[in-house]
Amino acid sequence: MTSPLLEVRNLRVEFPSRHGTLLALDDISFDIAPGEILGVVGESGAGKSLTGAAIIGLLDPPGRVAGGEIRFEGRRIDNLSYEEMRKLRGRHIGAIFQDPLTSLNPLYTVARQLTETIRTHLPLNAAQARERAIALLQETGISAAAERIDQYPHQFSGGMRQRVVIALALAANPKLVVADEPTTALDVSVQAQIISLLKRLCKEHGAAVMLVTHDMGVIAETCDRVAVMYAGRLAEIGPVQAVIHKPAHPYTAGLMGAIPAMAEDRERLLQIDGAMPRLTAIPTGCAFNPRCPRVMDRCREERPELLDASATRAACWLHDVGVAS
Amino acid sequence: MSSDVLVRFFGGDVWYSFRRSPLAIASATVALFCVVCAVFADWVAPHNPTDLATLELADALMPPAWLPDGKAKYLFGTDAQGRDILSALMYGTRISLAVGIASVLVSMLVGVTLGLVAGFVGGRTDAFIMRVCDVMLSFPAILVALLVDGVGRALFPQAHDTLAFAVLIVAISLTGWVQYARTVRGSTLVERNKEYVQAARVIGVPSLRIMRRHVLPNALGPVTVLATIQVAAAIIIEATLSFLGVGMPVTSPSLGTLIRVGNDFLLSGEWWITIFPGVVLVMVALSVNLLGDWLRDALNPRLR
Amino acid sequence: MSTLVDVRDLAKGFDVSAPWLNRVIERRPRQWVHAVDGVSFSIERGKTLALVGESGCGKSTVARLLVGLHSASAGEVLFDGQNIARTLVGPQALALRRRMQMIFQDPYASLNPRWKVRSIIGEPLTEHGLVRSDAALKDRVVELLQSVGLVAADMDKFAHQFSGGQRQRVSIARALATQPEFLVCDEPTSALDVSVQAQVLNIMKDLQRSRGLTYLFISHNLAVVRHVSDHVGVMYLGRVVELADKASLFATPRHPYTQMLLDAIPDIAMSGRSRTPVQGEVPNPLNPPTGCSFHPRCPHANERCRQERPALLQIRGVRIACHAVEEGRI
Repeated sequence: MTSPLLEVRNLRVEFPSRHGTLLALDDISFDIAPGEILGVVGESGAGKSLTGAAIIGLLDPPGRVAGGEIRFEGRRIDNLSYEEMRKLRGRHIGAIFQDPLTSLNPLYTVARQLTETIRTHLPLNAAQARERAIALLQETGISAAAERIDQYPHQFSGGMRQRVVIALALAANPKLVVADEPTTALDVSVQAQIISLLKRLCKEHGAAVMLVTHDMGVIAETCDRVAVMYAGRLAEIGPVQAVIHKPAHPYTAGLMGAIPAMAEDRERLLQIDGAMPRLTAIPTGCAFNPRCPRVMDRCREERPELLDASATRAACWLHDVGVAS
Repeated sequence: MSSDVLVRFFGGDVWYSFRRSPLAIASATVALFCVVCAVFADWVAPHNPTDLATLELADALMPPAWLPDGKAKYLFGTDAQGRDILSALMYGTRISLAVGIASVLVSMLVGVTLGLVAGFVGGRTDAFIMRVCDVMLSFPAILVALLVDGVGRALFPQAHDTLAFAVLIVAISLTGWVQYARTVRGSTLVERNKEYVQAARVIGVPSLRIMRRHVLPNALGPVTVLATIQVAAAIIIEATLSFLGVGMPVTSPSLGTLIRVGNDFLLSGEWWITIFPGVVLVMVALSVNLLGDWLRDALNPRLR
Repeated sequence: MSTLVDVRDLAKGFDVSAPWLNRVIERRPRQWVHAVDGVSFSIERGKTLALVGESGCGKSTVARLLVGLHSASAGEVLFDGQNIARTLVGPQALALRRRMQMIFQDPYASLNPRWKVRSIIGEPLTEHGLVRSDAALKDRVVELLQSVGLVAADMDKFAHQFSGGQRQRVSIARALATQPEFLVCDEPTSALDVSVQAQVLNIMKDLQRSRGLTYLFISHNLAVVRHVSDHVGVMYLGRVVELADKASLFATPRHPYTQMLLDAIPDIAMSGRSRTPVQGEVPNPLNPPTGCSFHPRCPHANERCRQERPALLQIRGVRIACHAVEEGRI
């Protein structure tokens, strides 16, 4: 078995604030194998974007990593200095953010931004870097790349800009790409194009992807495995087919039931009453217990760890061996 | 209802930020102290410099109490007529603050109204008001004030001394309102497109009521900060005008007038007559400015 | 079934020209965006029509035209037989406004941040003179809050004390205050999480059934549209390209754009259906293509499509604006 590309162990991220220290990520652990696409799905406030930010090293202060470790290719990266992290970013870990408008510097041409990134991380001269940049743009499906590369970001449409951002992320051939809601700001038809592009390019370049999104449909189309987050904790993780069709955690089941499906007509959508708890008011025991249709007494007292269910791993006492489910 | 407001204020982020900022607390204390002395000058001041009967010419040009010739009775010394400097400072601060605050209130009234109308109505009205703003901004405040003052003197040659107060306020607010108009116009343009305003229109609320009840309260945020900083600016403009001789007369002197009067004695050694008013002027303006700075940061949601 | 809302050839253009000085110096012409370019449809009492499309298709503008937030450049909107443009400037304006209300997309901007919920929901009641006393107002507000699944105590809270889904419920309560017959919903759940969206959609469906409401539901999410609508209109660059009942539209989409939209939806069920690759993006509304605005992206476009704008015709039970369908080519 190949060793994992990224290992996250017991990651804790906290935010000191006037209400006390808020624990935004509480004991998150998962792996990403080389070349695999892992989806991280959750609703707003679940902490999925924070996980991505912690891995790239771009946590907004006063947020900080308060515990656990992140290992990239066996080497710890959560305690690196700003300089060392900067070298790691771009070269080995690429990033794609949600809003293509703010991801690109409006004052520089695309050529300059691409070649700057390439030359920072690879030993190429200006002409070689430009050639590589043009090739990258062509790979991402931008026609007339050789001419368009000298244009400014505002001269591209939304979908085109996101393609440029993908090209930027892949410019130095990173082994891991962290994509935070890459298609949320795009139209539906463009979303489909960008998703398939991302999947294809990453497979071709051999890059693993951590895809953070709230859209289960995107996850279903792109990912190999998916991690479901709830209130800063990992609720379930497993192969994407298994999580979607045979969810082991009641929250995942509720989430799948709440999504209006194209395949069938339902009178009422399954609804999970209540809302995700705020960081200042996370319940003791399992964070989902106030809303869970299958809650037991144990759930209110003890916080469950990830336990093996039939095809996935879920943080739910229902799957504790010895308990009738 | 008002206890509701108080509970909300003291539990809120602004008060929390205040408690944690030593600079804000210090400047608020200084400003509050000056204001209290000014407002209650009649009771707090050891002497009454405006009452000519209490003046003793023999005590004229006395240095401050801690210097060799000084008397404890006159803590900061006296001026050429025997007026106690400390008391004159308190009364002078009162006048300076009164002019500063009054002119800001007038500017705010005019500026906020015009800004609201410009932002809400839009079109040619907006363009017209903004061009007037641009024109007003190209005149330096001091020159406008000098002009108004000159006109005032020409129109009311006899009553000038008592009208000086009103004329000063008009002079300072004539250029001051522009800032408020622009700021409120900006906020109005933003709030006008928000969905709660559109919801009110769909409900059928008439435009004037929407402006007053929905847009205005939400557009006032930056105005508070502006007003605080403008008070300091107004006080300094007034001081400048009085120093130049076209502001408050000697019979009811503001800090600026006191500085002017004392200036003549500076080189002959009686420094206290002009220095102390200067120090107080700086203290008042600085503390109000710092308070305004802190308020701006405290009210900015992104910095919290 | 009677028709409650009837829209005929509705059009709205926005003047986005550069300022006069720039136009004179740079010799630029006036520029217009035809956000809504000749749209016609009708909604029956008690039913839901969904308008679906991507950015720039004009669906939000149509929503605002229907409640009088914009005035139409051409065409008319009839509500229960009355022309709303004329009524809204006449003495009957308030009476008309009482019968139709709107719910907005952004739960954070649709409630006044400085008002308590009591005032927010109470405003339409006082504006239309529906309550005589403070006590009556309070009772009615509590009743409305309970009808959307909130509690009486929420009356004294401010908007920021609620979550997105709860705020949207407050918006719904406010919209229902005047007991309207028609609700225009502009992407009411697009900004909400999936589980919260389910709650809000369920409430909306329940309310429709219990009060006989008519909805115009705007959305870009076809799965949601499928769940809530009776009829669906697909819009592209200001025009309606297909208008059909829900079953027909989803089972047999006829217009190439509708087919493309349905194909583009990520497949949760992963049935492995083959997808036709999607071409291009929505063109710039300032410079729309000639003829049929979809022709640059359409696999079936011919010369006629490039020159002649297709009319919305009734073909085999649905309304389609497509030359290829009319000619029987697809």
